[in-house]
Amino acid sequence: MSAVLAVLLQLVQFALVLLVAPLVTGLARKARSRLLGRRGPLVVQPYRDLAKLLRKEAVMAENASWLYRIAPYLVFALLWLATALVPTFMTRQPLSPAADLIALVGLLASARFVLALAGMDVGTSFGGLGSSREMMIASLAEPAMLLVIFTMAMFVHTTSIPSIVDFVLGRPVGLRVSFALAVISLTMVGIAETGRIPIDNPATHLELTMVHEAMILEYSGRHLALIEAASMLKLVFYLSLIAVVFAPWGIVRADPDLAGLGIALGAWVAKIIAGTLVLSVFEASIAKMRVFRVAEFLGGAFLLGLLGTIFLYVSQAP
Amino acid sequence: MAVLAAVAVLLCLGVIAPILASRTAFPWGDPLAHDLVYLGSAAACLIAGGAALAYFLAATSAPLELSLPLGIPWMPAQLRLDALSAWFLLVINLGGLAASIYGKGYGRHVDEPRRVLPFFPAFLAGMNLVPLADDAFTFLLAWEFMSVASWLLVLSNHRQPGNAHAGMIYLVMAAFGGACLLLAFGILAGVNGTYHFADIRAHPPAGWVASIAVALVILGAGSKAGAVPLHAWLPIAHPAAPSHVSALMSGVMTKVALYGLVRVLFDLMGDPAWGWGAVLLVVGAASALYGILSALIEDDLKTILACSTIENVGIVLIGLGLALVFRVNGLAALAALSAGAALLHVFNHALMKTLMFCVAGAVQTATGTRSLERLGGLIHRLPVTAALALAGAAAISALPPFNGFISEWLTFQAVLGSPLLPQWTLRFGVPVVGAVMALAAALAAACFVRVYGIAFLGRPRTAESAAAEDVDPWMRGAMAGLAALCLAVGVLPRAVVVPLGHVVASVVKAPLPSATNGNGFAGWLWLTPLEPSQSSYGGLVVFLAVVVVTVAGAAGVHRLANNRVRRAPPWDCGFPDPQPATQYTGSSFAQPLRRVFGTLVFRAVERVDMPEPGETRPARFDIRLVDPVWTVLYAPLLACVSWVADRANPLQFLTIRRYLSLMFAALVILLSAVALSR
Repeated sequence: MSAVLAVLLQLVQFALVLLVAPLVTGLARKARSRLLGRRGPLVVQPYRDLAKLLRKEAVMAENASWLYRIAPYLVFALLWLATALVPTFMTRQPLSPAADLIALVGLLASARFVLALAGMDVGTSFGGLGSSREMMIASLAEPAMLLVIFTMAMFVHTTSIPSIVDFVLGRPVGLRVSFALAVISLTMVGIAETGRIPIDNPATHLELTMVHEAMILEYSGRHLALIEAASMLKLVFYLSLIAVVFAPWGIVRADPDLAGLGIALGAWVAKIIAGTLVLSVFEASIAKMRVFRVAEFLGGAFLLGLLGTIFLYVSQAP
Repeated sequence: MAVLAAVAVLLCLGVIAPILASRTAFPWGDPLAHDLVYLGSAAACLIAGGAALAYFLAATSAPLELSLPLGIPWMPAQLRLDALSAWFLLVINLGGLAASIYGKGYGRHVDEPRRVLPFFPAFLAGMNLVPLADDAFTFLLAWEFMSVASWLLVLSNHRQPGNAHAGMIYLVMAAFGGACLLLAFGILAGVNGTYHFADIRAHPPAGWVASIAVALVILGAGSKAGAVPLHAWLPIAHPAAPSHVSALMSGVMTKVALYGLVRVLFDLMGDPAWGWGAVLLVVGAASALYGILSALIEDDLKTILACSTIENVGIVLIGLGLALVFRVNGLAALAALSAGAALLHVFNHALMKTLMFCVAGAVQTATGTRSLERLGGLIHRLPVTAALALAGAAAISALPPFNGFISEWLTFQAVLGSPLLPQWTLRFGVPVVGAVMALAAALAAACFVRVYGIAFLGRPRTAESAAAEDVDPWMRGAMAGLAALCLAVGVLPRAVVVPLGHVVASVVKAPLPSATNGNGFAGWLWLTPLEPSQSSYGGLVVFLAVVVVTVAGAAGVHRLANNRVRRAPPWDCGFPDPQPATQYTGSSFAQPLRRVFGTLVFRAVERVDMPEPGETRPARFDIRLVDPVWTVLYAPLLACVSWVADRANPLQFLTIRRYLSLMFAALVILLSAVALSR
């Protein structure tokens, strides 16, 4: 494979996740509305929202600092990078050595750090409330996510996503209790981190229940557009991660040909759509929790991850 | 040996300083003494650090040995510079250099400079001597010199309420640690009593004697490093010293303590049983979690940083524990990886903790307070300090692309090797320790969002923080250097991983895979702990990618979007309150996490006293926290000590006849014990 083609395909990967992200959010909203008996907005509505926000002027609080201004760009870049590093249609890309699971968790943590600080910059009580709760949720979700990674990594002896894909596709892994627990745990973490029901409600603007929305309450215009795009990318990140680690079938591992790429792309889109629909069904069938019950939810995810690790040994025992 | 010359310079400075300082009565001490001490210390650190660096750059890595006719007549002081000492000398002198340059500016704001100037270089000299010592006597002498010098610095501000108490607690803990090490070296020396490290290395003790020695060393070095449950003095004594000294105590002295642990456990002891590795793992996990939870609920900036030191010492201890269990089980590559991760975290934490204490000192200089609830909005008033503090906060929260992430990532990679261990306890235990470490890392991010968000962002909560001015160029320069190093090590980890390879090779007798893997360009680009296919992290790649994507994103948005910006009052859901008191405070930011963990660990009780409608008294809210270690361990111990002291009190009032008969009885008992044991 020539270097030019490799770079080109890497750029395609960056463009793909960015273009698909609003669609996934739109699909999730649409499916949830239909399940609740509403017609819901068009699937392309998020594109229109982003375009509208980009057209508007940005209104900033008088005492907003430089951190507030650069935060949206940084958060967007970190999440775009993290999402584009998760393999979608092929695993061997110029940047794939960077697709290390723990490093991806680190990139997400950096984005969250910057955004939580930006929420506190203006010095309003809502911003502080949002940042405080976001960091609480994150500090419970991140260890659970790392335990899922431990489960995977101890089984396949690697934290690099391309190697995990090689391992899973290379030999019959079969059904494993550990993997089932890990996928449930990772889903719970993903729901918490992307601010979906039952942890947070992305559609709410009722003050006392907001977490993510409270943190970014002061943002407007292009800054808000970037932050919204970043949260859409985060949803794609988790869907794509679950797809590539637990169901990597169809992905191109060797030198790509056109047909293989087409199949891989189709498989990825199908997996993302399926994941989005499952998420919508889950969201429609559950009510939002009180903030302090989040600890129990994520504690559950943490324990599932730990159980997954321990079952790994039990099932490996001679 | 250039390091010795540097130590001599530092000691001379310590002697000259009081003579010069007593000459005149300038408001902040004598300017000549001030400049001489801080610039001289900086130069000495530069020489000593340069010598350590030269050791790594030299082609031959044979240890340098020197025997000085000092100390006890029949036992000359033995000194030795090997890879491990050179690594710690590098850490000490980088921190020392930054603290000295910082001190050049900060020293003027110290309340009683004459109580600081003589002891600052002496403290540095003591710390430099510890890694050089090659016999137990010199080691303990240097160790105690370091302790006493830092104790005097803690007491430099003794009129401040609470500082005398801090000095007392520090003295007790230092004496306890010193006594443990003294006994440990007594056991290590054996019946022949040779204190030279080469002799101890040649004849390490075995069996239960070795176990007692290991336990004593863990207690002695652990109490200095701040490992739970011997951490109690850190949050009290570290903040009491002037900030540049706090930076050294927290950032550097805890590392000297860890050096003692590494030297004895990995070099002198041969192979301790794997159980001691498990002990280190448990102590490390407990320290990591307990330290960061305490940091989350504290209010004083420097106390928070001292608590965060406990967390980071815990992470280093986890790495060392892993290295020990892997080495005992013959897994050389994983042992090298764990030891490398721990030693790299020692280096990284020295940089970032020194930086954060310097920031705390700058905040105190600018506003006169360290309480989070009295700060706010400093990003507008101290722009340079705020930017550097942001780098330090990101580094200490283990976020890529900064250096803290690299060492924690390597430690996680070592944890993932646990399935290869033959012991079932460890196979199950190590992932749990890893999970605790993950929790601590996530809580650290929350902790430093809180610190930075409350102190530097938002609106100023007091008039002092509204009128703060940025600090002088010396202080800013020292902080900028440290912040640049934090980023540089995170972006180009190979620059430190290659010298680290020599150290690891000498500590666990196995090469560090990350240092030997991938030479050439790819080696600089990707850090690979074991095999390139297993895991890799490209600090430079991630950094450049973030920069390129940010710039591309910004350029794209500025081309597509409406670029106008309008300034307006804050929106705050339509009800902005002009009073800064309505902002989230440090206490309210910590409330969700305090509720989740505090009720369990600290038995936190929140009491709200809400007046009835119509009553005019204010509503009150207070929190009661109980430190479990203090109530379970220290309080009974203190009660026990005072009970024994009361009972032993009559012994002070005996006649000379009775004292002599007591001594005679002791002699008879000891002689009969010796006779029976032969």
